[in-house]
Amino acid sequence: MKVLSWLTIALVVLWAVVPALFTGYDPLAGVPAEKLRPPSLEHLFGTDAVGRDLFARVVHGSVHSLSGAFVAVAVGLLAGTLLGLLAGSTGGLLDDAVMRVADVLLSVPGLLLALTVIILLGPGTVNVAIAVGIGSVAAFARLARSEVVRVRRSDYVEAAFGSGGRFPAVLWRHVLPNSLGPIIALAALQFGVAILAISTLGFLGYGAEPPTPEWGLLISEGRNYLATSWWLTTLPGVVVVAVVLAASRISRSIGRDRT
Amino acid sequence: MSLLDVRDLAVSYDARPAVQGISFTVEPGEVVAVVGESGSGKTTTAHSIIGLLPPNATLDGGRILLGDSDLATWSTRRMESIRGAQIGLIPQDPSNSLNPVKTVGAQIGEVLRIHKRGDRRTISRRVVNLLTRVGLPDPETRARQYPHELSGGMRQRVLIAIAIALEPRLVIADEPTSALDVTVQRRILDLIDDLRAEFGTAVLLVTHDLGIAANRSDRLIVMKDGRIEEQGPSGQVLSDPRAAYTGQLLRDAPALSVREFRAVEQTPEEPTAEPAIVVHNLVKEFRVGRRPFRAVDGVSFEVRPGTTHALVGESGSGKTTTARMVVRFAEPTSGTVTIAGAGTVAAPGTAAGVGTVAGAGAVAGGRAARDFRRHVQLVYQNPYSSLDPRQSIAAIVEEPLRNFRLGDRAARRRRVRDLMERVALPESLLDRRPRELSGGQRQRVAIARALAVDPGVVVLDEAVSALDVTVQAQILDLLEELQRDLGLTYLFISHDLAVVRQISHTVSVMNKGRIVEFGTTQRVFTDPRHDYTRELLAAIPEPVR
Repeated sequence: MKVLSWLTIALVVLWAVVPALFTGYDPLAGVPAEKLRPPSLEHLFGTDAVGRDLFARVVHGSVHSLSGAFVAVAVGLLAGTLLGLLAGSTGGLLDDAVMRVADVLLSVPGLLLALTVIILLGPGTVNVAIAVGIGSVAAFARLARSEVVRVRRSDYVEAAFGSGGRFPAVLWRHVLPNSLGPIIALAALQFGVAILAISTLGFLGYGAEPPTPEWGLLISEGRNYLATSWWLTTLPGVVVVAVVLAASRISRSIGRDRT
Repeated sequence: MSLLDVRDLAVSYDARPAVQGISFTVEPGEVVAVVGESGSGKTTTAHSIIGLLPPNATLDGGRILLGDSDLATWSTRRMESIRGAQIGLIPQDPSNSLNPVKTVGAQIGEVLRIHKRGDRRTISRRVVNLLTRVGLPDPETRARQYPHELSGGMRQRVLIAIAIALEPRLVIADEPTSALDVTVQRRILDLIDDLRAEFGTAVLLVTHDLGIAANRSDRLIVMKDGRIEEQGPSGQVLSDPRAAYTGQLLRDAPALSVREFRAVEQTPEEPTAEPAIVVHNLVKEFRVGRRPFRAVDGVSFEVRPGTTHALVGESGSGKTTTARMVVRFAEPTSGTVTIAGAGTVAAPGTAAGVGTVAGAGAVAGGRAARDFRRHVQLVYQNPYSSLDPRQSIAAIVEEPLRNFRLGDRAARRRRVRDLMERVALPESLLDRRPRELSGGQRQRVAIARALAVDPGVVVLDEAVSALDVTVQAQILDLLEELQRDLGLTYLFISHDLAVVRQISHTVSVMNKGRIVEFGTTQRVFTDPRHDYTRELLAAIPEPVR
């Protein structure tokens, strides 16, 4: 399962990097005569209402979804870990303040939070990614803090202070590396979640503008033909599901290796 | 016929052999001690007799004869009828061997209920009897209490009550006292002795402590690497060991080998020399609920340079808190600690004159606090937790040098090599991680790290307590050698009087936050003046006293 998950992710990353290797069709230019063809050898995923090859659109769309997810995870990981590290290592008032804000953020549904941020930032691919990232800051911060608090109490951290270590040096050299395991696992999990969230926002029309082939947008566009052309929604959906499952699987294996 | 006859027993964990064909017998009413270092297979042997091996262990061969029946062939179901009824077990750690959400009485009653000994009324009467028998005052109240309301010694008594509830013919005691203070230890061992005399129960005593084995057993089995090195009557094995390994164990065990006292007069320093450590009227209060609790209550002592001063006491005596205040990991509530060359630390808010460093920010903080770290270093009890698992040995030893920016990269490398040589570790270990090293090697790494910045004072907090006796002896020798060569001053925190006798020049005996006796080691051990000191000394085996 682990190998299969890594293969899935590797394939999707390759799609994003060298789409031309996987499909000869243009994702934007349609051939009206070949509209709404069901999947066949010629068109693996069939074609859409204006005769564009759906597989080409999924392949070319992966770069938007993946980079969006990457930015989202990066925002959440960096901001969350930094906040958690500060809260956990200094304690006191700062700790309380950060954690109460995190509590509030965690109590709001993630999608609602992302939507709120988008309303503030305005729609667009990058903004969607940032919004989704902000939605996951609280989760990262809380996890990072709990790990830091655990490591902070250990003998070797005290020994590091005992051998003359300054606060930032000890944080960087001992606390951070030893707290990172579960945070990396959460990042892998969040990657899948972010793809789903970005697709959801794309579906709702807050992300990429048509005709950009973003995964959520593809599913959304196919919705109008649900009764007649099942492949337009189902096949991009299957791709999204596969990537999300693979990410969560990898996350679990990281989590297990680290503990 | 023997009560228990083990023949050619072999056990392995995931195909790695742990016990390799051992044979011994236990006669009725006899105490047989199994001694050995960690990994020698002694606990595995004990657990295979009572059928409680972990799932990854397999019984590769041999017979375990209890009377006529061979337990090695028995199913788990069938073993259940014997556990408790025929063989009782006293587990190692009283703090996690009892169920925290059930009363003590219910847990003793459980073994009686499982084996269907009487109805509820008779069981609860028997529970009270048992608690009385193991020497717990006010047994009716105790039966209704939960484990967390009892002290470690009381919990161990409860576990003994469970083990003897059905008057088994054999009791297996797996390190029954290693988690307990010495005075409590002695009372528990006395209790086991009494019960044996009363019921004629045979005892298989598994222990790493040769002192206990020597004093409490009729016969001794010495194990190493899953084999029996030597067995025979205890007196004979101890006075005339035939296996070389037994001889080494006896030499290394601080409790059995009488060494010369280390006399203060032998140190080269002038008697008028400034003391290396002066602790004056040190107090530490913790708030527990509304009442303040004094962990350290007016402690004062002085240590002369180049000597070792030991703080001895049982758990809760305040010795570790005192040590932590000396190394400034804790702030004193009042009082001062002066380290020669590193200034004085006083309680925050008190005026202590020039050269005073406020305790605030001691852990992380200012320049002066950091400078202090060059003079005083701490070595921890547990070498498994005091080294960062993600760093290489080279990085660990180098860290203090990097912190103080001593020398360039090449100079630091050289210094690390020197330090490794000093603590007698091969250079090949430099690239390894702590988990690839043995306990003794790790403790050497911790000592090397402490010595990196040339401190004058090293505080050793139970630094050898987690180690096997032979390793312990090596580390103690190393510490002595380092002290001779580098003129180090040690503050040695320990609960183990035998070790203290061997390493220290002067001793402070602590009890309930106060120093009850202070003097040279020789004076305190040969002519104790305080009752508590006498009690502590009475708890350790004969030769050392």
